Amino acid sequence: MRDSLDRLARRAAAEGLLDVAYTSTDSPFGPLLLARTRRGLIRVGLPNQDPEALLAELAARISPRVLETPAEFDAARRQLDLHFEGELTEFDLPLDWRLSRDFRRRVLRSIARIPYGQTRSYTEMARSAGNERAVRAAGSACGSNPIPLIVPCHRVLRSSGGLGGYGGGLPMKQGLLELEGVLG
Amino acid sequence: MSDLPPFQTLIDEHAGEVMAVLRGAVGRGDADDCFQETFLAALRAYPRLGDGGNLRGWLITIAHRKAIDHHRARGRRAVPVAEVREAASEDPLPDEGVWELVGALPPKQRAAVTLRYASDLPHAEIAAALGCSPEAARRSLHEGLKRLRKELA
Repeated sequence: MRDSLDRLARRAAAEGLLDVAYTSTDSPFGPLLLARTRRGLIRVGLPNQDPEALLAELAARISPRVLETPAEFDAARRQLDLHFEGELTEFDLPLDWRLSRDFRRRVLRSIARIPYGQTRSYTEMARSAGNERAVRAAGSACGSNPIPLIVPCHRVLRSSGGLGGYGGGLPMKQGLLELEGVLG
Repeated sequence: MSDLPPFQTLIDEHAGEVMAVLRGAVGRGDADDCFQETFLAALRAYPRLGDGGNLRGWLITIAHRKAIDHHRARGRRAVPVAEVREAASEDPLPDEGVWELVGALPPKQRAAVTLRYASDLPHAEIAAALGCSPEAARRSLHEGLKRLRKELA
């Protein structure tokens, strides 16, 4: 059966019927869900997020043609591994931004440019997305980040220096910042 | 937008049964080809499927259509349906040798009997699977059963 299913995934991709592919990969924080479209990586699910809910959301918002296949996740997997080993400071992966729009997308694109080992405040993110007063909205853009880790929302903190929030839980945010030598 | 589940769910839940039905309908050697055709056809149509209510029945129907296409293309007689018995059926035909006899029926009758008793489809869905009217499906089923009874008597 395994062979049949592998063959099916390959044929679906070859015939343009694979709209969303997903797989899981290990991390020091637990298993991650990776999902991609033909455009690029669209979703990273953190260990404490329910994969079924994330996949159902992709089915509803992108396409119900969602299949599990490890094919073409090699680059993402390798870069994440290196990142967790502290040996990769900048991801180079095609991304699909479709799950975020307008202000949120601008916030996330700004976050994607925060260099490794540095942090910014929610206020700074609101400003760089073009609306300094929308701090709360910037915070919720971080909270709804569909591509965490790659789009490093863990580098955004409160102006006071407090950690703020994290979709993967605060211990993970702390761990990621320690890994980058920011905390600890 | 639609609230269809991710297609992978259909595979996780029904691939085993679809494969069992196809092994029964076309034999082990050709089952995988029909399996591929079944799921590719389903994947093609899936986003436009309005109602996700009976996805299992929908897949089994496609599988039978692919099995019938396969037989038409090959223009050959069927392989026995033995394994189809694994599939749930509330109204099973009696034991053992029956499925071999089913396998020897003419294609439409065999398909109608298999769809009814192995896949538990109602007449309307059998008709849809066979591409004929419900009346014709009923007739094929009836003819097939009559013949089986005679052989078993």
